[in-house]
Amino acid sequence: MACASPMSTIAEMRLYLERIDRHGREQGAVLPFGVEAIDRHLPQGGLPQGRLHEAIEGGAASQYAGLATLFTAGILARMQGPVLWCLRGRDLFAPALARVGLHPDRVIFCETWKDRDVLPAMEEGLKCGGLAGVVGEVSRLSLNASRRLQLCAGESGVTALVIRRWRNTTEREAASEPNAAATRWRIAPFPSPASGFDGLPRQQWQLDLLRVRGGEPHSWVLEACDATGHLALPAALAERSVAAGETRRAATG
Amino acid sequence: MQGQRRVIASVDAAAGRLDLGCGMTVTHAQSLIPDLCVIDATPEDDEAALIRLALWCIKYSPLVTPNPPDGIFIDVAGSAHLFQGEAALIGNLCRRLLAEGITAKAALADTAGSAWALARYGDAQIVSPGRASEAIASLPVASLRLSSATVTSLSEVGIERVAQLASKPRGSLRKRFGAEALLRLDQALGNANEALPSLVPPEVPRAELRFAEPVADPEDLKRIIGKLCDKLCLDLEARGIGARRLDLVFLRVDNIAQAARIGLSRPYREPRHLAKLLAERLVVIDPGFGIETASLTASWVEAVVERQTIGRHVGIDGSQHDVSQLIDTLGVRLGENNVFRLAPVESLLPERVTRRVPALHPAEGLEWPKNLPRPARLFLHPEKIEAVAELPDHPPRLFIWRNARHRVAKADGPERIHGEWWLSDKETALIRDYYRVETADGTRYWLFRDGPTEEGGGWWLHGVGEA
Repeated sequence: MACASPMSTIAEMRLYLERIDRHGREQGAVLPFGVEAIDRHLPQGGLPQGRLHEAIEGGAASQYAGLATLFTAGILARMQGPVLWCLRGRDLFAPALARVGLHPDRVIFCETWKDRDVLPAMEEGLKCGGLAGVVGEVSRLSLNASRRLQLCAGESGVTALVIRRWRNTTEREAASEPNAAATRWRIAPFPSPASGFDGLPRQQWQLDLLRVRGGEPHSWVLEACDATGHLALPAALAERSVAAGETRRAATG
Repeated sequence: MQGQRRVIASVDAAAGRLDLGCGMTVTHAQSLIPDLCVIDATPEDDEAALIRLALWCIKYSPLVTPNPPDGIFIDVAGSAHLFQGEAALIGNLCRRLLAEGITAKAALADTAGSAWALARYGDAQIVSPGRASEAIASLPVASLRLSSATVTSLSEVGIERVAQLASKPRGSLRKRFGAEALLRLDQALGNANEALPSLVPPEVPRAELRFAEPVADPEDLKRIIGKLCDKLCLDLEARGIGARRLDLVFLRVDNIAQAARIGLSRPYREPRHLAKLLAERLVVIDPGFGIETASLTASWVEAVVERQTIGRHVGIDGSQHDVSQLIDTLGVRLGENNVFRLAPVESLLPERVTRRVPALHPAEGLEWPKNLPRPARLFLHPEKIEAVAELPDHPPRLFIWRNARHRVAKADGPERIHGEWWLSDKETALIRDYYRVETADGTRYWLFRDGPTEEGGGWWLHGVGEA
């Protein structure tokens, strides 16, 4: 038979595509946050590994992306294996990574000064199957660059995490451009509840899920990562109905 | 010996202070200094020693040429990056030689000729590219490696300096002083190529390929690298060793050698990995009109400890292998020192608590003290802020940073950090009171005051983003 009827060929191809799609989805491991409110909201019940995820920081000190750094380190702290961290400057303070559970022995840093060095270094790391994750601090992430990262991550199963940095408003605006990341998060500081005694309680974050493939944007107020990289619902909110702490956001990602 | 006379060939520093010099007859010298210690010159031994020293210099570059009686040329173009630049390389070389008791003068310039001149007659140690002609202009003509007869005949017509020689018409120079003077001048200024046959270290694993036709295409060069690596790795395999450093040398049709060198984090003999790393360094190679001979030398080798292959899902042991290849790839591309891990240092000052260790440094399991809250981003230089505190020991009520006013809602502190007084006097006076503050919108900052206001202390912002 030279050729089946066009309809059956198309149907076959559909099936094939579906199989590829399902294959990709089933194969990837998923890393739950351990916070029921977040995991329930994510289509896969957690952060799919072997994908590209993006963290942007909001708030007054957003250009330093300190909270985005801790959020990212917290994710990696809950994984096994070495981590490649592609720096774009010298302001990262390593003891803070250890405080959220990312041990210094696990992190290999590579220091660059430009996006065009960070992205190839990330790709190189993502091709190396022995890593748990690759972190890159970048200011611009084009659709093409993000697809390349996504592709490399998908092949090796290494999770790619991008922390967006900026030095000026143009770069800051560029951070909201669309790209191929599987999830995009925004971490902003949130005023901590008044404490009776002198001192500061654990910091609170407003965590916005700006974009997720196959899911809805959402927003939570959470307590910052603890010494094992776990986020937590604030005690006051956990007692109340969960819905009260969650505010639905319009899709901005 | 010069004819029947015994002539001094070389003097040490003490004799130099007594105005003894080379070329003086021994009888003359002994009449000046009766108890002079004279040792017979052994030029053959000196040359053998020079070659031994040159072999040692291969640590700095694959292209080393001994230049008897007292010089060594080192072409560092393809290897200076492994020493963080030319200045560091020269410094390291001089320090090491001095430690061995060898008094040496080193100079680095575009051409072998000008470097020779500067090392012997000049002051500058490193001449930036394109500045060689300026640097040697005021040196005596003897610095051009001319025979003493030529130098004498040049000085008879009043040509003492290189600049004078360079300004004379070439035709008449050639007629009068022969081709040597012009050739040496051109070699020093980079107008004529100079082929320096580099030393081939004996007894090291080496692979070589010769081509009937000159090769210049980058893709062909990559294939050549692949073949060389295959050949070399067979040799390494047979000897049970791996390469820690590889020297790739291309000899061009004009007899100029082009070299690239890579360092490896552990001994390797995987041809594909090595070929990939070498291909990254191809950018430093200028094939010119083509390459006739290519050689690959493992100039530093170590025994390979065979590892049992473990699946990569099994855990860290299995993945170690992959990671070291990654580290090499990134190290070759970004510079070895830009790929590292950060290890804890026991220090009081936040800017000193980390130190860089090589990425494959064995894990120490050390960590920083758990109970100290620290910012995620620490400024390289603390930024000056204006702050208002109600009482001397209190955290500020508000502060102005980069023209923006931040009202402090909550604060914690002070955490007093003293300077490390055992290091220097300046450290003794160093006291910082650190405060963690949270502004009205929830952003956290790490501030410190380096002394009471009345004593001239100021407020500084040291970090943001708190763990």
